[in-house]
This record gives sequence, structure tokens and C-alpha cells, in this order.
Amino acid sequence: MREIVEKKVLSENDRLAAVLRQRYRDENILCVNFISSPGSGKTALLEKTLASFSKDASVAVLTGDLQTDNDARRLARYGFPVRQIVTGGTCHLDARMVEKHLDEMGFRGPGLLLVENVGNLVCPSSYDLGEATKIVLLSVTEGEDKPLKYPGIFHRSSLMLLTKTDLLPHVDFDPALALENARKIHPEIDYIAVSSRTGEGFVQWLGWLNALHQKVQQEAAATVA
Amino acid sequence: MHEIGIASSILTCVESEVRRRPEITICAVGVRIGELSAIDKDALAFAFEALTRDTPLEKVRIEIEWLPRRQKCLSCSEEFAVKDLDLNCPKCGDTRTTCTGGTELDIAYLEVEELCVKS
Repeated sequence: MREIVEKKVLSENDRLAAVLRQRYRDENILCVNFISSPGSGKTALLEKTLASFSKDASVAVLTGDLQTDNDARRLARYGFPVRQIVTGGTCHLDARMVEKHLDEMGFRGPGLLLVENVGNLVCPSSYDLGEATKIVLLSVTEGEDKPLKYPGIFHRSSLMLLTKTDLLPHVDFDPALALENARKIHPEIDYIAVSSRTGEGFVQWLGWLNALHQKVQQEAAATVA
Repeated sequence: MHEIGIASSILTCVESEVRRRPEITICAVGVRIGELSAIDKDALAFAFEALTRDTPLEKVRIEIEWLPRRQKCLSCSEEFAVKDLDLNCPKCGDTRTTCTGGTELDIAYLEVEELCVKS
């Protein structure tokens, strides 16, 4: 006999993510989840991004890796609270890990919470962390067809950051083709090309982030009012 | 890649049902996996079998329904399964369509019986 269940496989993670999302709303925190392949430049992007903030900005970073706290040490140099999540082999962050480390770090809003996921284009896309948005990074040393090979994450991300554009003269990478492929999967995805080495595109990127932050703050204010 | 974790979450659901109703025998768990869910169907089936092997739940089968990405046309409301990454409406040709399905990662049903034979 067939009994209908109708339950999300990741319902427990979804429940925790909903708790986090409410907490972000209550405390006026903008949480952004950065996802890419290993080596696409998530940490370098965050370093350059942190360097652009004023020292008294309310910003915190959670960074996930299978092993080592190398990324946290790199990111801590900018004077903002940073916490390494060592997953010990798990290929993605989940809502429970984020909640635990957020509590231990003691970060309180209002502010900006940047979450650097484990380098992986597959698994992190399934796990909601309560974030306002996912941002996917694609570097010019990868293939233009990555959006077609990993549609899930490009479908779920609101912004594609093309990274390492300073290397474009040295590689056969066609940014227009990469964007065309991303928009085959997700026609509305935003797109900004950046270089964390030269700073190219950072005005647009920081403007995008700031606009999102303001939008979330306005929504939070409207909810309170 | 994370199919072991997904299989483990499915198994948790099966186990809690068995604990709740010890009198039943669960023969199969039916799951729905969408094309955009980033789950490999074969890897999930393999992971589920590996996790249940030599356990009291060894006889539980996993039945996976694979769902394509679906879009709905904003102009004529046609709903269609996406083929070859073509998001345009096959009926009226409009390019403005919105995603209505394909991200599923759901437990749909349990097959509950008295006698169970794993095929």
C-alpha cells in the first residue's frame, strides 16, 4: 500500500535555515552565500571586498573548508570578525554549521555576513543557509560551459561574478559565451566581471552589494513599520 | 557528491516512521529528484543501498522519479518540460517564461506492506 509522505528530503536543514533567515531579518543582517569551484577566487574576492570597507563597518565572515584555517587567517588580516568552519570532509556548509559558528562568533546585526562556502559547484546548491542570496563565481581559467554543466547553482544564484579577468589576455576564455550559457539556465542572472588583483569591476560589484543591502534594510524597516 | 548525506536524510525519515509504527514493514521509499537539484540519481541509489546493507532496513528499495525542468509561459500560460535548454514557449514562442519545477528533492511516498520481497 502506498502512503503519501510529501516531505522535503532536507526538511531539517530547511527548518534551521528558516530560523536563521528570521534571525537575519530581526537583526537586520544581510547574509550572502558565495559559491564556486575550488580555486575560482572566493577568498581573494572577499579579501579585496573587506579591504574596501571602513574599519568601523559591521561585517563578519564565515569561511568553509574541508581542512585548514588558511582562509580564515587570510581574511582576518582586514580587522573584521572571521570564523573558519572546518567541515572535516563534508563538501558543503549546512544551516546547522552556520548557526553554531554564528553563535560562537557572537556577531550581532545590523550588518553584513559574508559566507564563503566550500569550493564545490554541486552540493552547496542544495543547502539553504538562510541567506538573502547566493552568488556564484566563475573564473576565466575555467570553461565557458560551466553553467550548462552545473545548472543547479547558476539557476539559484542571483549574480554571477566572472573572476580573474586580469588573466583574459592569456587564456582562450570568451566572457560573452559564458554569460550566454549562464542566461540559458537563468535568464535574469546579474553579471559583473571582476579582477581581485587589479580591482577591475569592484565599483560595480560593491555597488551591487550595497544596493542589495539597502533593499534588505528597507524591507526590514517596512516589516517593523 | 553529497548523495550519501541525502540518502542518510531519506533514511532518517524511513527510520522515524518505523519507530513510530513498529507493526508496519516498509518496502520502498519513493523520492522525486528534479533536474536542477544537483543530485545524481544513480549515485543516490547506490548510496541508499550502501547505507541500508546489512541493516534491518536492507529490504527497503528506493524508487526515484526523475523530473525535468518545467517552465510556464508568462504570455499564454502554457506549462512545458524544458528540452535542450530551450526556455522559450513551445506553443506561442514567447521568450518570457518562468521556472515552475525541476528543483525537487522530496520524499513522495512510502510503500508499506505486510510481506516484502526485495527485487
